[in-house]
Amino acid sequence: MTAALSIRNLCKTYGNGFEALKGISLEVQQGDFFALLGPNGAGKSTTLGIVSSLVNKSSGDVEVFGHSLDKAHAQAKMCLGVVPQEFNFNQFEKVMDIVTTQAGYYGIGPRLARERAEFYLKKLGLWDKRNQVSRMLSGGMKRRLMIARALVHEPRVLILDEPTAGVDIELRRSMWAFLQDINRAGTTIILTTHYLEEAESLCRNIAIIDHGRIVKNTSIKALLQQLNTETIILDIDPPQGTLPALNGYQARLEDDHTLVVDVEKNQGLSGLFAELSQQRIEVQSMRNKANRLEELFVSLVDKNLKDEKSA
Amino acid sequence: MKPRELLIAFWTIVVKEIRRFMRIWPQTLLPPAITMTLYFIIFGNLIGSRIGEMGGFDYMEYIVPGLIMMSVITNSYGNVVSSFYGTKFQRNVEELLVSPIPNWIILCGYVVGGVARGVGVGLIVTLLSLFFTDLQVHHLFVTISIVLMTAVLFSLGGFINAIYANSFDDISIVPTFILTPLTYLGGVFYSIQLLPEFWQGVSMLNPILYMVNTFRYGILGVSDINIVFAFSMLLAVIAVLFSYSLYLLQKGKGIRS
Repeated sequence: MTAALSIRNLCKTYGNGFEALKGISLEVQQGDFFALLGPNGAGKSTTLGIVSSLVNKSSGDVEVFGHSLDKAHAQAKMCLGVVPQEFNFNQFEKVMDIVTTQAGYYGIGPRLARERAEFYLKKLGLWDKRNQVSRMLSGGMKRRLMIARALVHEPRVLILDEPTAGVDIELRRSMWAFLQDINRAGTTIILTTHYLEEAESLCRNIAIIDHGRIVKNTSIKALLQQLNTETIILDIDPPQGTLPALNGYQARLEDDHTLVVDVEKNQGLSGLFAELSQQRIEVQSMRNKANRLEELFVSLVDKNLKDEKSA
Repeated sequence: MKPRELLIAFWTIVVKEIRRFMRIWPQTLLPPAITMTLYFIIFGNLIGSRIGEMGGFDYMEYIVPGLIMMSVITNSYGNVVSSFYGTKFQRNVEELLVSPIPNWIILCGYVVGGVARGVGVGLIVTLLSLFFTDLQVHHLFVTISIVLMTAVLFSLGGFINAIYANSFDDISIVPTFILTPLTYLGGVFYSIQLLPEFWQGVSMLNPILYMVNTFRYGILGVSDINIVFAFSMLLAVIAVLFSYSLYLLQKGKGIRS
């Protein structure tokens, strides 16, 4: 099966000599929900910029559904919808005009453009605002407008560059649900995000990019399996002034009611509960530390930094 | 893209451009109407009546073609330079760059948008001039074709200016320091026959002189220059500017990192 996006040996050196991409290769399969992660300045936006034709590459190849961006750029672009990080629509135009104009750029006639615009604006809760000038919209609405605009030509791949940056939790959740819907309907989704929780909840596959290189490209599941330890937070009673002795477990007291324990893969939890029980410490509630991926991400990026320094 | 899709994309840009200058008509259509009416009253009526004839015509009749052409030049240039720079500034040029539209369609769309405003304002000024003088068209084909070619040429000029511009100051430098002086010295208000021989020669280097005089020939049938040469020169300059604009777009100058 042809990959939805295929990147080979992509390099980018900016005019000031900054080497943003040092030969990255990447494949995103059709129907995937893919995350591109990396610290600020790692090369995520440059990669997506090149794929979206907003940045000129220095060398390498990009194919979208088998269409080369160099040789068949119109076919490749037809397959792509792009939601950039920053608002980039005309702030003086009406919502409806922004969406139908974008449809026109893809050769979609006015009638179909209006039908599609109505569909996506309704789906994204913007239909009531269709005649409003776009600068009057709230930040969240502007973001949804960019999604409606990117979808109006019904692309096979939707690229989102930090789509939920600065968006409140409720809206973020509703955007996640919407993106999951269109992914289930067959649209391949590629996103960059700083919220690792977002990648963990939405994406099946992931690439971590750092200093212009891919340092990891695997499935979220496989990535999480690499975690040897899981951090568990226990609310305990009675309060403990000193750290209870837990044989074989790395633990620390966050406060006198909260015990944080690192449990290795092969340790299991039964032993931990038995030890606590022996010491007459009751566990009132328990939860996983949510940022599992974050820990892994930080360790990968740190490792890459050390490798670069030693090289 | 298929031909029908290309046509839709082209038309979308043109409609967007027309919608833009119509939406801000107090900035785009009203000022030239007021300015040109003042020119007609002050230079045509008040001062012109004391000047007498110029090139065998009433002074008012003589300056009307030049003033119409001046409106076409400044508005076609101003439309494209401000619209495309605004598109760059607000980054909504990215809407075009991510789309499959070929660069030549983008260029043609903006140029036709500029021509629409230039010709539109030219028509408004022409209608206003009818309050002050009777306008006869001596040569319809010459009149229409020189207006269209001039509007195309200055739309292309505006496009190139917008591509190079990095600030709003950069889009006003050319109109203020180059276009306006060349227009005023391009025979809008006088025949170059009035000038000493040396300055006649210098004036012949001013491309706007050829446009104004060719248009005046279309309306009045008199000209200071060779019409065939003017058309040839305009065609050549349009071809060069069009190719250069396409090259800049292809290279992504000022619009792609």
